[in-house]
Formats: sequence, structure tokens, C-alpha cells
Amino acid sequence: MNQSTIPSDALREAAAHVQQTLAGEVTAVEIVRGELTIRVGRAAIVRVLTFLRDDAKCQFSQLIDICGVDYPERAERFEVVYHLLSMNKNTRIRVKVAASDDTPVPSVVSIFPCADWLEREVWDMYGVYFSDHPDLRRILTDYGFDGHPLRKDFPLTGYVEMRYDEDQKRVIYEPVKLAQDFRSFDFLSPWEGIQKLLPGDEKATQATPPKQGGA
Amino acid sequence: MAPDTAIPDTEIENYTLNFGPQHPAAHGVLRLVLEMDGEVIDRVDPHIGLLHRGTEKLIEYKTYLQAVPYFDRLDYVSPMNQEQAFSLAVEKLLGIAAPPRAQYIRVLFAELTRILNHIMNIASYAMDVGAMTPFLWTFEEREKLMGFYDEVCGARMHANYVRPGGVAQDMPAGLAERIADWASKYPAMIDDLEGLLTENRIFKQRTVDIGVVSKEQAIAWGFTGANLRASGVPWDLRKSQPYDGYELMNFDIPVGKHGDCYDRYLVRVVEMRESVKIIKQCLEKMPSGPVRVNDRKIMAPPRAEMKTSMEALIHHFKLYTEGFKVPAGETYVATEAPKGEFAVYLVSDGTNKPYRCRIKAPGFIHLAGMDAMLRGHMLADVPAVLGSIDIVFGEVDR
Repeated sequence: MNQSTIPSDALREAAAHVQQTLAGEVTAVEIVRGELTIRVGRAAIVRVLTFLRDDAKCQFSQLIDICGVDYPERAERFEVVYHLLSMNKNTRIRVKVAASDDTPVPSVVSIFPCADWLEREVWDMYGVYFSDHPDLRRILTDYGFDGHPLRKDFPLTGYVEMRYDEDQKRVIYEPVKLAQDFRSFDFLSPWEGIQKLLPGDEKATQATPPKQGGA
Repeated sequence: MAPDTAIPDTEIENYTLNFGPQHPAAHGVLRLVLEMDGEVIDRVDPHIGLLHRGTEKLIEYKTYLQAVPYFDRLDYVSPMNQEQAFSLAVEKLLGIAAPPRAQYIRVLFAELTRILNHIMNIASYAMDVGAMTPFLWTFEEREKLMGFYDEVCGARMHANYVRPGGVAQDMPAGLAERIADWASKYPAMIDDLEGLLTENRIFKQRTVDIGVVSKEQAIAWGFTGANLRASGVPWDLRKSQPYDGYELMNFDIPVGKHGDCYDRYLVRVVEMRESVKIIKQCLEKMPSGPVRVNDRKIMAPPRAEMKTSMEALIHHFKLYTEGFKVPAGETYVATEAPKGEFAVYLVSDGTNKPYRCRIKAPGFIHLAGMDAMLRGHMLADVPAVLGSIDIVFGEVDR
């Protein structure tokens, strides 16, 4: 009864069509849980989205969402994810692009006007730069905010807190002071988490590189 | 007369006007920077984020169950629809489905919430353009609906009722009858509301042909939900991509013609009537049975069982501290929330916390269309357009 995990024929058709016609640009096509995902190179994103919108077999006429995902361990740590919807075919597609701090992604505002704010949000939250964007300002964070809060290395509590100062008669910013240390419990199988290396045993790390913690 | 009375050539400049952030017609905290050419709007720059609480970041540090209440606090006039979207996303990754009775309860409350949302929107929208009475009348109905919320989950607004794997608890005895009783009376209330507004001269003067959005524009700007349908696009996820048993319900999708503020109002009014139909069908067809999946690794056992069974106690403890783990993967699950397509893009890395939980809020996209909708309109049209696109800042700012 729930949203089907079986891909419809239209989705399979779209996947095959995209794979065939965009063979040069698309690096991966997969259907998982009834959802079609393609990966494309940064430089090709405008061309691919234009094709997906205009091609008669695709007709992904609506850009539903753009969001970022941060994978700090990757060389290009950010993934920019575009979700498109085709109302005529009743299918969706997810387009993924990899990016890093200093590699701009071409803006798609010229094809989908609604990308304007969505790209601003990705810039604000992750610091992914969009080239050719008409107005790439911060959108959700405070005026004069520093940093990109949804990055994995940005602390949950942030760096500054604000309050109204009675003496200065204005709102001031101060470094965050927590009354209690931020608590983050590791619930992931304490029984498997014992490492062979003792903490502070530097000599052991020189011989063999340690395994990643946890399991 | 002396010649110095001649009118000198003065340079006329556009000036910018600040609307909000504390403005009663801003439906929350919105700051609009309006560039005015006299009384006509040249450019609109909405400054949002004044209610930004970092929901997506917070969810990354919470277990899946702890993340549910954050969804009540996004669009705080339609809480259960958003819980439903998140629960469906988690269920899809887990590969489970809620039991039939839970699905019916979800749909029942999703539609009650749709009415809750639409009467809030219509009433405050009408008040923004000068009609006070609908606001007072409809709040009486909202009170009854929040009473149903209260009965089913103990909270009037922030429900935390729809959970991954079902709903928190079954409906109390007699609630179905009370909802049915209310549903039989509610259409008369819509008639009263329409009597006040639909043919009201002042209301029509303020809304007809204001903020017109064509079909093509609505699609290009990414509009969804009632705002898209008012522009003449027959698209509703409850019909085209049904979830939780909407395919078993018999209802119609109202579609507008002109895409102006008045059509957006009309679509919402008809949607309420359709919601009443769905509510009645839900109550008629609702099967009996469990409302939570019978999987102790996902949903905690009943409290009574915990008192006698050691295993149940362990399950309870594990689920409310560590929570359940969700297989690695990603999914995008969209639902038809009262405001439009509300979706959750969930990325799991196989642990007990979401790796990334992107919340696609319809209001964000609709507000982005404000600039294009308002250019060339008068200043007094700002509240009318803002009210008609149904904005709540909890979800816009997240």
C-alpha cells in the first residue's frame, strides 16, 4: 500500500533513455528502491538538466529541490543533489554532482528560476559556490554570519551566541559558553568498539596504521 | 506673480520600504525589502531566516524517533502531515509498511490537518485583506480539531503521533463517532465561510486578478500543492503517487483557472470539502487491528507487557536510548502536505541517526516566487499575495 519500491516502466524507460543519449556526461545510472539516480560531472550539469527538461521522453519540467550533502572523507567532499519531477510521465529523477570548497558548480537558474533560492541555501549551508548565479547571498543564517552550518565539521552548538546587552543597549555576540559539556553518546555497539590500540600508545601507530574506530 | 514659484525639476528616486520583520500580515517573521516606484512595487527582496533553528542539523544528532517532534515544529499549523512524510521515508529505508489501521488513522488525521491548515490560512488571509469575522468563526472549528488532536495524542498542536512503523497509540473509544459527528456538521460551516467571502465585493476587489501566476510560470517556479492547482495544473500527489492508502479513497482534485489570489482561495475551500469526504470514507472503512508494526526492533512493546516481560523491558530500553538502526541508503519521499509537496530526502549511513535529513518545504519555494508575483502590483497587494500563497515561517526557515 505504501509508495512503491518497484520501479515503474516509465522510470526504466527514462533510465535507459538517459543512459543512451547522455552517455558522455552521465557517469552512473542506478535505480534503487524505485528511485532513479544519475551522477554527472560538474561541467555538464546545465546541459544535462536542460536535456532532462526539454527532451520529449523525459519532460522533467519541474525542479523540486536542490540540496547539499557533506562527506568530509571524500576528495570532493560535497554532493549537490537535484530532484526533478516529470508531471507528464509521473516520474522523478535525482541528479548528483560532486563539488569541493573551491570548485564552483555552474548555476542552473537560467533553466529553472526556482533554483535561485535553493542554490543560495546550499551556498549558505555548505559553502558550495555556484558560478553565474545572479545573486549568491546567504539566505537562512544571520546577517554577518561566519561559516557554513550544515558541514559536518561545524559544531552543533555553533561558535557564537547572542544576547541583548543592557549596558550597550544593543544585541551583542559572544563565544558560546555551555553550562554543561555537549554530550554525544556513542550508542553504536559498545561491545564491538574496543580497539586493540591503547590510547596514547604512539609507537604502535607507527608500526601498523590503526583500524577505524567502532565497527 | 514672481517667476520663482515655477515647479523646479526634481530628481525622483525610487525608495525602499521595509515590510516586517514584525508585521501582523507577514504571517510570522518575514522581512520584505520593497523597492517602490510611488505606490507601485518595482522589486521585492524577501529576507528570510529569522526563524531558522537549524532543524536539519539538529536531526543529524538525534535518533530517528527523536527526530519526529522536529517535524511538528516546521509548519506548525499542519504537524501530522510532516510527521507522516518523515515516517514514510524511514519506513521506506527500513523496508516496512505501517499496518492498515495505522494507515487509515494517518490519512484521517492528515485530512483533519489539511482542514486545520486551510481554515487557518483562509481566515488569516481574509483578515489581511480586511475581513475580521471569518477569523473568529474558523477558530472555533480549529479548536474542535485541536480537541481531536488532544484526544488522540495528548497534545493540541505538537502531536508526535505518527511514528516510523505506525502511530503512537490507537484512537480512544468514541473518538471516531465524535469525528464523524463533526464531519457531518462541518460542510455547513464552509457554506457560512463562503457566504462571507466568496461573493464578497471587497474580498473580490482585493483578490481577483491579483498575483496572477500562469501555468508555465507555476511549473517553472517550482510551485506545488494548492498554488500549482490554482494555476490550472491538475497535479496532486495523493492521486498521482498515492501513499498510505490514498488510492483507496474516492475524492476529486479542484483545479483553478486564472491562477490569481482568488483562485487560490477557492481551491482551498473546495479542498476542504474533499477532505471531509475522505474523512468520512476513512471512518467508514477503517479496519480494526494493530496500529504499530509487530517488530520489536523498530517499535517498542506496549507498556503493560514491559511490566511482566524482561525481553520487552530490554527492547523498550534499547529503543528509547539507542534507537533502531536504519540500513544505509537514501530515499526521497514526497507527500501532499496542505501547503504543497512536502518531502524528506533521507540519507542513512546504517547507524541510529540520519546522516542527512533534507526537508523540502513547499513554502520556501512559494516565497521565492514573491518577487516575480508582486512586480508591478500596488503596495496594498502585498498582504493579499502573501496570504494567498500560504506561508508559515516554521517551514520556510526550518
